[in-house]
Amino acid sequence: MIEFNLPSLGADMDEGTLLEWRIKPGDTVKRGQVVAVVDTSKAAVDVEIWHEGVVHALTLEPGQKVPVGTTMAILREAGESAGQVEAMRKQRSAAKLPPLAAHVEPGTAAVSAPHREAPAAARRPVSPAARRHAQELHVELEGISGSGPHGSVTVADVDKAAAAHHTAPLDRKAEMRRAIAAAMGRSKREIPHYYLSQDIPMQRAVEWLLRENEKHAVTERLLLGVLQLKAVALALARTPELNGFWRGDRFEPGAGVHVGVAISLRQGGLVAPAIHDVDRKSLVELMGSLADLVQRARAGSMRSSEMSDPTITVTNLGEQGAGAVFGVIYPPQVALVGFGRVADRPWIDDTGAVRALPVVTASLSGDHRVSDGIRGARFLTELHDRLQRPEEL
Amino acid sequence: MTRISCREAMRQALREALTRDPRVFLMGEDVGRYGGTYAVSKGLYEEFGPERIRDTPLSELGFVGAGIGAALGGMRPIVEVMTVNFSLLALDQIVNTAALYRHMSGGQFSVPIVIRMATGAGRQVAAQHSHSFENWYAHIPGIKVLCPATVADARGMLWPALQDPDPVILFEHAQLYNLEEDIPDALEVDLESAAVRRPGDAVSLITYGGSLAKTLAAAELLAAAGISAEVVDLRVLRPLDTETILASVRKCRRVVVIDECWRTGSLAAEIIARISEQALYDLDAPPARVCSEEVPIPYARHMEEAALPQPEKIVAAAKSLFG
Repeated sequence: MIEFNLPSLGADMDEGTLLEWRIKPGDTVKRGQVVAVVDTSKAAVDVEIWHEGVVHALTLEPGQKVPVGTTMAILREAGESAGQVEAMRKQRSAAKLPPLAAHVEPGTAAVSAPHREAPAAARRPVSPAARRHAQELHVELEGISGSGPHGSVTVADVDKAAAAHHTAPLDRKAEMRRAIAAAMGRSKREIPHYYLSQDIPMQRAVEWLLRENEKHAVTERLLLGVLQLKAVALALARTPELNGFWRGDRFEPGAGVHVGVAISLRQGGLVAPAIHDVDRKSLVELMGSLADLVQRARAGSMRSSEMSDPTITVTNLGEQGAGAVFGVIYPPQVALVGFGRVADRPWIDDTGAVRALPVVTASLSGDHRVSDGIRGARFLTELHDRLQRPEEL
Repeated sequence: MTRISCREAMRQALREALTRDPRVFLMGEDVGRYGGTYAVSKGLYEEFGPERIRDTPLSELGFVGAGIGAALGGMRPIVEVMTVNFSLLALDQIVNTAALYRHMSGGQFSVPIVIRMATGAGRQVAAQHSHSFENWYAHIPGIKVLCPATVADARGMLWPALQDPDPVILFEHAQLYNLEEDIPDALEVDLESAAVRRPGDAVSLITYGGSLAKTLAAAELLAAAGISAEVVDLRVLRPLDTETILASVRKCRRVVVIDECWRTGSLAAEIIARISEQALYDLDAPPARVCSEEVPIPYARHMEEAALPQPEKIVAAAKSLFG
């Protein structure tokens, strides 16, 4: 008699789920033959056997999760009869002997003994309907408490487990996607967007920032993005119709300039919480606010006011390498400003000479119900001008 | 709607058959001058005369055989056997002759006979008059087995049974004769389907004949305990309406079969076998059954009651399917 035990299929594997048998009782197996498929939680692995014999009985059913070393099948060796094997099995289970050392799969000798009795004893009643239901819902039967007769797991128990599973944080991602889908769908259905863009030379801003940052400690250094934020906020003073909300068929000007900053999240999706009163904050304050906001957004601990207050949104995909971005307005806001990559480009300066300068493409997505292109163009021009006077930011 | 007793409904059915088809006649022990052991044929002798309401000697083998002969000869006999216990004397005629003639004659002969017999216990008439052998007959290919559980079915099943070209056994549970129910004026009765007598969705209670009333009572008790029971009345014991059985089981996922036959080899066993074959993966608990205790049905009332399926036993079996 040969006991075929679940082998360890990797250093970190201590249990496996039988997915499928490739053999049945009566089959003759050869060394190296694939006899089963086992899920190790990393992958489905074809399990080979290293004995020869005739399959006497399969002691594990597909779907069962068992520790490494658990007996999966009993084989008859050459010359053994079914009756002999049965007698040996009875004897051994009565004596509770550990598996025959000679037949332990390589690398499993140490763990085999304590697990031998586990599968049969631990087998819990699961109603046939519940078993099928669990498969359909991809719910693990392991750990579900049974409320049926003799503690059996019923369809209702599986439903309960599935419901609990659905409230787990795993589904936040899907929730986030649904929220974005709803908002963006609504935006594109309701808001008649117009798009404008302007290339803005950034040489002065970059040079000013370098000088400025030399005066600050490393932790207080400013990013170019902060200058852009502040410039947007100040430029809005001349085109207030881009700052506010469209509610109930009319435009409501924003009470302040609260700029929503689009922040992508590591698990996917994005949020655009507000930095309040950007036009009245110093660059250093803004830098602090921005760093704080990004950190909290990614930790998922934002304040509700930050989520609902933005009067305009700024998105910056320059760091991701995009040349320009034409964004979708986040309703009920009425405008979105986008910045692409700041990169050296050939630029004709005031003297007519071609020079290599750092340039950024700024864009405006505007709500045509509230503003017209000419006002949007004015905003971009103002933004351009503000960025040429970084010292005033 | 008319409210009548089951006995009256059966008498009306007999009268209708005798009136509509001159080939129909009734034959059996004490069906004529005495008016029938259960008074079903009372008054028919006076109305239709001794030619068509025929008293027979005490020989089930003889008069069932005579009925088969009459059917072969073109008549439409209705043969009454006093109880299913006594029908065993005629088993050879029913099983070896009536059920087989179509087959043995290569389709040349059919036996359009209807054999009525009382079945079941609960009236303190002791073992030799109280057993249930419906399952014996439901085992036999070549015959159809009916078992009305309502007054409407008792009224409506006879005529279509007479239209069947092959032998039909009509079981009348002895406790049903005094049952009174409303029946619709325009009665439509088929001999194919089981009927859902009470809809529910948590446990399917499958029964027939004399156990229907007990099962409906059990369903009422279960409802009070918050368990919604569906009650299926088989009506036709052969061929079984497996579709209706499986649909109910698939919906409720739990099933109790209630059958006054003894448990071993019972009709309940056959029904559960079919459920296991065809709806195993719809079951949320093992199938259960409530049958008679495996003893001769006792004479003493309390013992007789203890031996038979009762609402409390059905409720207990149903509840055992929930944790």
